[in-house]
Amino acid sequence: MKTLLNAPLDARTQLLSTARMRGWEPLVWLLAFALPLLVPGHALIVNEVAIVALFAVSLDLVLGYTGIVSLGHAAFLGLGAYASALFAKHVMPDPVVGLLFGTFCATLLGAACSLTILRGTDLTRLMVTLGMALILMELANKLDWLTGGSDGLQGVMMGPVLGRFEFDLYGQTAAWYSLTVLLVLFVLARRWVNSPWGATLMAVRDNPLRAMAIGIPVHNRLAVVYTVAAALAGAAGALMAQTTGFASLDVFALERSADVMLMLVIGGVGWLYGGVVGAVVFKLMHDVIAGITPQYWTFWIGLFLVVLVMVGRERLIRPWLWFGHSADHKGGAQ
Amino acid sequence: MNTAATNTPVVLKAQGLVKQFGGITATDNVNLELRLGARHALIGPNGAGKTTLINLFTGVLPPTSGRIELLGQDISQLAPHLRVRRGLVRTFQINQLFASMTPLQTLAMVVSQQRGLGGRWWSKLGQDQAVVERCEALLELFRLTEVMHQRTEHLAYGKRRLLEMAIALACEPKVLLLDEPVAGVPAGEREELLQTVAALPAEVSVLLIEHDMDLVFEFADRITVLVNGGVLTEGTPEAIAADPQVKAVYLGHGEEVAHG
Amino acid sequence: MLTILFDGIAYGMLLFILAVGLSVTMGLMNFINLAHGAFAMAGGYLTVVLMQRFEVPFLLCLPLAFVATALLGAVLERTLYRHMYNKPHLDQVLFSIGLAFMSVASVDYWMGSQQQIMQLPDGLRGRTELWTGEFFELGMGHYRLFIIAVCAALTVGLQFVLAKTRFGSRLRASVDDARVAAGLGIRVNLIFAATFAVGSGLAGLGGALGAEVLGLDPTFPLKFMVYFLIVVAVGGTSSITGPLWAALLLGIADVAGKYYMPKLGSFIVYSLMIAILIWRPQGLFVRKGGR
Repeated sequence: MKTLLNAPLDARTQLLSTARMRGWEPLVWLLAFALPLLVPGHALIVNEVAIVALFAVSLDLVLGYTGIVSLGHAAFLGLGAYASALFAKHVMPDPVVGLLFGTFCATLLGAACSLTILRGTDLTRLMVTLGMALILMELANKLDWLTGGSDGLQGVMMGPVLGRFEFDLYGQTAAWYSLTVLLVLFVLARRWVNSPWGATLMAVRDNPLRAMAIGIPVHNRLAVVYTVAAALAGAAGALMAQTTGFASLDVFALERSADVMLMLVIGGVGWLYGGVVGAVVFKLMHDVIAGITPQYWTFWIGLFLVVLVMVGRERLIRPWLWFGHSADHKGGAQ
Repeated sequence: MNTAATNTPVVLKAQGLVKQFGGITATDNVNLELRLGARHALIGPNGAGKTTLINLFTGVLPPTSGRIELLGQDISQLAPHLRVRRGLVRTFQINQLFASMTPLQTLAMVVSQQRGLGGRWWSKLGQDQAVVERCEALLELFRLTEVMHQRTEHLAYGKRRLLEMAIALACEPKVLLLDEPVAGVPAGEREELLQTVAALPAEVSVLLIEHDMDLVFEFADRITVLVNGGVLTEGTPEAIAADPQVKAVYLGHGEEVAHG
Repeated sequence: MLTILFDGIAYGMLLFILAVGLSVTMGLMNFINLAHGAFAMAGGYLTVVLMQRFEVPFLLCLPLAFVATALLGAVLERTLYRHMYNKPHLDQVLFSIGLAFMSVASVDYWMGSQQQIMQLPDGLRGRTELWTGEFFELGMGHYRLFIIAVCAALTVGLQFVLAKTRFGSRLRASVDDARVAAGLGIRVNLIFAATFAVGSGLAGLGGALGAEVLGLDPTFPLKFMVYFLIVVAVGGTSSITGPLWAALLLGIADVAGKYYMPKLGSFIVYSLMIAILIWRPQGLFVRKGGR
């Protein structure tokens, strides 16, 4: 006898609902793709936001889905940027191949680094991730014959995307290119976290002790997620270098990692769209505040962070509860 | 059911198990055999090392010396999650649950993992009908159906305790280690939980840590008494109840050992 | 080579004084405070202002820097930090980064972004050359000697307080287990406030002492935060000798690295840190069970 006939939603529907696409989603994406057409003067901004959104989504995989606080995620962004910039300069200027190359390099680094974040306390992980970013920055600085040092790597000329779409001055091609990459990777990531594999990830985030006690290979999960997140960040970095035409040292800076963390917190950790929402809101905030006080924008960001945390991150955005979003908890429920 | 017969296979064995923390010997040369289908209780005063023993069995703690065998195979060096894959599953005395997931999601995740679907990243959780049906069955068995869509962190304590057990069963254990399963559960709800434990299939062998002597004598067909990390004695409930050594250990703890 | 060692020790002791407050706070309140460098910066700038605008002698500025920053720390602890103790580490990181950003921007606004020059008193300038031989050569800058002396005295004092006084034993009890300590009647809140204040004060003193050696500009908190964190991560949070050794190690490694292999710069320090943390995630000098 099935008692479930009385339940409001049967089990299968409920489980699948978190993965199903909401009605508004295609609309949002369509709007995003229409923007470079509707407001061509702002296409470069659309491009910038798309890239940063991809970076934020990649950090969400680390922060929101495994709970690792990383202050060095910019390491992968930077490596992707420099790798693809160098690729375009010295090997071939095809954007898509360069994108794949940059992503690949970041993936390798991510896999190597993933071994370092498996053990240790929060502080240890913080330090190790931060250290990685700093090392890369030092390397990029010292190997100036290759990277241009503190001047940055300039004059990166890109060929047409897929052999057909030239990068134009308005940035429309750039915007569509970045949006496409963002969409593809976003959909893949979404599919992934809603799979049975992804569910074990959430278990690891909520309670690694119990996760291990039900047979989930915790270290394996952490390592894989970290590597994938590195790959996505590398892709964002590659897009950045390709669409702006240069790569510079500040791509590795602490401020970069802190900014993206803030974006994610604004948008909401643990539901993937948080990165996108946060990137948009952050960009708006930045332009508004920087328009008023260009020099001291860090002060207002700092103030915002302090107030945000004191008020409580959960109270910032409410309506996204039905996505079954973030756990800001450490350890298990009792 | 009398499983003291020596021809019943041993499913879990500890041989000369020792665990030392610096100068403290938490587990002192423990020998224990759990037989197929057993309902074996592990009792002893606080600090006797019962939970440490469970941690040694599951691999959370590495032994200082000694050997552990599961289903005849040496697992002393095996990683914890691999022991679970071989059928050794435990519950926790303090609930260890997944706060942001609902009971349904939790069980779906565990069952998928158990059925080997945990490695699939391209399908959706809930797509496999067999998985869903197993979840529904478990939810019904543990009377969690009404709350299956609530986030675990919002569940009442009694329901959480049931979920704790449900998770362990979803792992399809061959050997089940229960660490004080009714701890903190109000007296009225203990029966509910106990009936579920009693209804476990005969092929599942259970080692139960418990303080509640009523429960122990109702449930167990064999009892091991642990004191100061070492095995004091082992035997049938009747033998343990009559043992003067055991009475001496419990005297002063306000516990009555002799029960019919 | 001995000069390098000497300079490295001076640098290391300075780092220790700067970072010890962070280490104790981390161990006591389990709080990751990335704004710790801001207190150091405050002490440094206060000293500069006192010396340049009010012509206060350098040696008097040092204790003043300590007291003023300690007060600042106490106030901030009671008003802001106190609410953050039980929040997840991510929140603490965000909060303290926010404070750090605010402090950096504020100082930039009020004092300008240029490097501040510290005018040392004549007695502390100069250098003594010892043993200029073929293999052993030791040149001791007087100021660095002063730094070592002051920091060594402070270290001994700290160790004494920790080991021999009632406050010290209460502090150690609270670090081990705050709940049990509170149950024993120890005023844990007071201990938190006092410790945070002293830790911040020491950072301020370190900032004042170190301005000449490390440089002082608005980016100080962010620039040196990494070094403080290295000291804490490698040295552990369950003692003060751990961070001491870690700081010395870091100081010597950094100075030696920059001298012998300038091309690699700080690369060595970061790699060393990562290697150590992978090998011993709980820190190099921590006894088992440390946090």
